[in-house]
Amino acid sequence: MRVACGNKVFELAQRDPRVAYIGSDLDPPIVKRMKAEMPGRAWMEGVSEQHVVGMAAGLAMEGFIPYVHTIATFITRRCYEQVAVDLCMHNLPVRLIGNGGGLVYAPLGPTHLAIEDIAIMRALPNMTIVAVCDAEEMKRFMDQTPDWPGPIYIRLAKGYTDPVISRPELGFTIGKAIVMREAAGRDRVLLVSTGVGTTRALAAATDLAAEGIECTVMHMHTVKPLDVEALLHHAATARLVVTVEEHTVVGGLGSAVLEALVEHLPGAMPPVKRLGIPDVFAHKYGSQDQLMEIYGLQPPAIAQTVRDGLQRRRAA
Amino acid sequence: MANDVARTARGEARLDERSIALRRLVVRTLDGGKRGHVGSSLSPLEIMRVLYDDVLRFRADDPAWEGRDRCILSKGHGCIAQYVMLAEKGFFPHAVLDTFCRRDSILGGHPEAGKVPGVEASTGALGHGLPIGVGRAMALRIKRSDARVFVVTGDGEINEGSVWEAAMSASKHRLSNLTVMVDYNKIQSAGTTKEILDLEPLVDKWRAFGFGVAEVDGHDVAALREVLGRLPLESDKPSAIICHTVKGKGIGFAENDPSWHHKSTIDAKLIDELYQALGAA
Repeated sequence: MRVACGNKVFELAQRDPRVAYIGSDLDPPIVKRMKAEMPGRAWMEGVSEQHVVGMAAGLAMEGFIPYVHTIATFITRRCYEQVAVDLCMHNLPVRLIGNGGGLVYAPLGPTHLAIEDIAIMRALPNMTIVAVCDAEEMKRFMDQTPDWPGPIYIRLAKGYTDPVISRPELGFTIGKAIVMREAAGRDRVLLVSTGVGTTRALAAATDLAAEGIECTVMHMHTVKPLDVEALLHHAATARLVVTVEEHTVVGGLGSAVLEALVEHLPGAMPPVKRLGIPDVFAHKYGSQDQLMEIYGLQPPAIAQTVRDGLQRRRAA
Repeated sequence: MANDVARTARGEARLDERSIALRRLVVRTLDGGKRGHVGSSLSPLEIMRVLYDDVLRFRADDPAWEGRDRCILSKGHGCIAQYVMLAEKGFFPHAVLDTFCRRDSILGGHPEAGKVPGVEASTGALGHGLPIGVGRAMALRIKRSDARVFVVTGDGEINEGSVWEAAMSASKHRLSNLTVMVDYNKIQSAGTTKEILDLEPLVDKWRAFGFGVAEVDGHDVAALREVLGRLPLESDKPSAIICHTVKGKGIGFAENDPSWHHKSTIDAKLIDELYQALGAA
């Protein structure tokens, strides 16, 4: 996904003179390539995220579309005020590429885990937040980025090993959810997921279908602006809604879904269960998959959450 | 060097008629809002005056004109100094100054781009102007524009690490089209810069960060013109001009008094006293 994203920036820069790239002491290959083929449009800046975001704002004020790339925690937390004031307040077309969103940097410990990035970016007016599910979807998404107004936070999942689950025939539009699997029958459950959470949600839905539990899987790649219309369409008739995100349960996709349902389905809300990282800093290392297992974000735990939710519904 | 510092460090240049008239406009603006950053708007007034009177290229009737020089007031709390000059240059009528900080005004307590014609960036949060200035200077160079970028910072403001991150980048990229002007009045919000966070040796710092550096009395209009007339100070380097100023300059009882950094209530009596301190019109 990371490679696909970098390659796409290069490709976009080739056909659009407004596109520029700024790294913050990370990922030199694309900078080298761009420096060689498009001199003056790519820079490797130092470990200076506050400056880098301000510099990107300055470039955008002059008509450029800078893609800024560094580790997700540092491009969100370290320079939050620059993101808020320089990018969001001025509503500038800067694209923040956060490498290793979620639990990707598991072995490096909690300083490197971006588990609240979606929450804090979501609180900023004008910000768009996109977490695609695989490298192929990344390509379709990136093609739309040059002409999207305002800043975008692009959350990258793990670099090389994500399986491809997206399907070109389902298309991709920023801000429009993709129904990856549509349930048939009566016991309809709605799984709403983002990023590589969708991979897990889809696998859980397959397992549940074998047991006769039908789930619709809605891939909410754009967490902001949330596709409320699609959400309501499917949630209104669901017996259970489960949100799945590789992110704290505080303020992310689950919160956004709940806010929309509370506002738009008063008195008719289906039961909702949010799956995510609890309100803690991770206390284990290992791998992204292992931490996702610990926090109940792998397919068996998602499936069990659905079974339990339906059980409670029947009991009630 | 030591003698130069002694000569310039007190910001003791006498104010001429135009500088007094501009200060009356500052007081008029304060009267409009019944509040404002008093001392912080008076120390950079000659810096802004010389920039707009003698240095910057702009078109008041076309604030987004591509050929303009970009002037970013990074110490956004000193915005009255910029508002006054923008009014003087015809970006908006003087009467707009009377609406300062009012509900529907375009002039807030910190300047906003897109709202105030001639304001290039929304500032107020400190340490943002120089990184933005670096990006703009780089963009102008790519566009092969001869327009220049000027960033006016406060002295307390350059406590912020982002300023020095940007300074390193500016010299790395050899941005000779970028000039930083430090309004060095030596008093920040809570006290003197010496006691809060000493900036000295300030000239050496900017030089060490790769800038061509000059020092001037920031109230000496002729000296400001002279130094701004020989930019860049060194070829292939960004420029830093340390402007020795006096907080509250021109209002005797407010000069060098940290309590005049900002006033949240300014009544009619105080406005009278401010006008009186400036002498009869």
